[in-house]
Amino acid sequence: MTALAVLALPFAVPTIWMVAASVKPLPEIFKAPPTLWTEHPTLAAYGEAFTFQPFARQYVNSVYIAVLVTLITLLVSSMAGYAFARIRFPGANALFLVVLAGLLVPSEVTIVPLFQVFKQAGMINTHWPLILVTALAAPCVLATFIMRQFFIALPAELEEAGRLDGLGRPGIWWRICLPLARPALSAVAILTFLSSWNLYLEPTVYLTSPELFTLPQALTRFTDAYGADMWNTQLAAATMTVLPVLIVFVLAQRQFVEGLAHSGLK
Amino acid sequence: MRYWTTRRRDVLTGYLFIAPQLAGVVLFVLIPVGLAIWYSLNKWNVFTGKQVFVGADHYAALASDPQLPNVLLATVAFSGGVVVLNISLGLLIAVLLNRRFRGATFFRTVFFSPVVVSVVAWTLVWGFLLQDNGGINGLLGAVGVDGPNWLQHGDTAMVSVVVSQVVRSVGVNMVLFLAALQGVPSELYEAARMDGASSRAMFARITLPLISPTVLLTAIITVVGALQSFAQIAVLTGGGPELSTTVLVYYVYQQAFEFNDIGYGSTLALMLLSFVMVLTLLQWQLRRKWVFHEQ
Repeated sequence: MTALAVLALPFAVPTIWMVAASVKPLPEIFKAPPTLWTEHPTLAAYGEAFTFQPFARQYVNSVYIAVLVTLITLLVSSMAGYAFARIRFPGANALFLVVLAGLLVPSEVTIVPLFQVFKQAGMINTHWPLILVTALAAPCVLATFIMRQFFIALPAELEEAGRLDGLGRPGIWWRICLPLARPALSAVAILTFLSSWNLYLEPTVYLTSPELFTLPQALTRFTDAYGADMWNTQLAAATMTVLPVLIVFVLAQRQFVEGLAHSGLK
Repeated sequence: MRYWTTRRRDVLTGYLFIAPQLAGVVLFVLIPVGLAIWYSLNKWNVFTGKQVFVGADHYAALASDPQLPNVLLATVAFSGGVVVLNISLGLLIAVLLNRRFRGATFFRTVFFSPVVVSVVAWTLVWGFLLQDNGGINGLLGAVGVDGPNWLQHGDTAMVSVVVSQVVRSVGVNMVLFLAALQGVPSELYEAARMDGASSRAMFARITLPLISPTVLLTAIITVVGALQSFAQIAVLTGGGPELSTTVLVYYVYQQAFEFNDIGYGSTLALMLLSFVMVLTLLQWQLRRKWVFHEQ
């Protein structure tokens, strides 16, 4: 127990520190020896985060992109995963290998040519690259793989029953298989939402206007005119981007952890 | 309509259902890799936007790039450091948590929570704590130790990046190891206990051999992940001081997007791809062995 508690410190302290420092007056942040709590809590840094850059707008950007990406991925991966698992069609195995190749290529490799392509298409400084690539490339391939693994295990009788009731393939997929796939779908939703929410390289490359930024990118821009970090503002903003996800995680941690354990990473 | 038999309709549905995913992979992965190969064979003029075919020039440039040895060294140090710490710490925590006790779920939540914190937020806080007058040196000062300026010296900067990365991501390995540990049959332990084996001997002779396939696979997944760590480096050290933390991914980014050298950047990106592919194929081979092992 003691060993665990000591071991847990570097895992818990940074987050606690971030929240605590975000309500401290600036001079107290660098007090030595450091204090965890302050006598004069203030929310000033929180207000400053919104006036320094269009933080509310950036928040909306991150939320709507992550939600949209998650919805597209759920749809695309459950369709592809279902087809690869339950429908026999010529070339299915070869095409599945082609799709799996999408997992093999790090996004850092494709971002150089993708930037050129999106530039040609006039999509630089828009959200399109962030939405399209995240929703359809690597994270979606992982999702398709998870969905396929799930659908393979479904008993064939369910589909027979659906067919007898006069359902076609799309009907069986939508009415019978998807409702059963809730655990796999929630694992996919969690993984996809997190990967979009935490994206950093892509927004850095594709976006230049602050009002289009997403949160991770916005966090690194809280610096004053001399390039020095505005620590309390930065930490307040970081707290606001981290807390919602952290709270959802603590409430649904079982699903998070099991979703990850079953994500085919094993 | 005789033509539309169930079988034909099935085949058509199959193709339609996979079409969006297939299009995504072709458009956003396969064609870009092809383009990267083409770019690596061309030299781009930043000002005119014209490209000239230069053949293998960029590949020859790899050999004479005075910075590349440092970059590769930093890449090996970072990935190696991350994988060693990540596996040993992940296994240690999993073993400690793989017992029934009150608070096991609480600790699992604590160890896993950094995984859901965004990399940038996590790294910002570490950067803040690691400053010369930051929290870590503040704590060290309280016990009379004069801490170094962590991010300003080559060695400590690398250690800092590795440690902050390990603490953030070890939760994933912990979960995978917990799943593997639960797969070890308890009868083996009971039999060993009857023979009077110590818990250390049981770990070395029973646990470790039985979960070794998971250890290997996790190690490779972790290295591949470490090879792709960009945000940690960009936010915490910006590749510095000097080149001490400039790993390959960061170097690719610098060449392509800071120095606008699309051709050389693509060549370096393909080098990264070849590393990842070799490791992934290795994993595939081990996975086969692993499946065999389980049967």
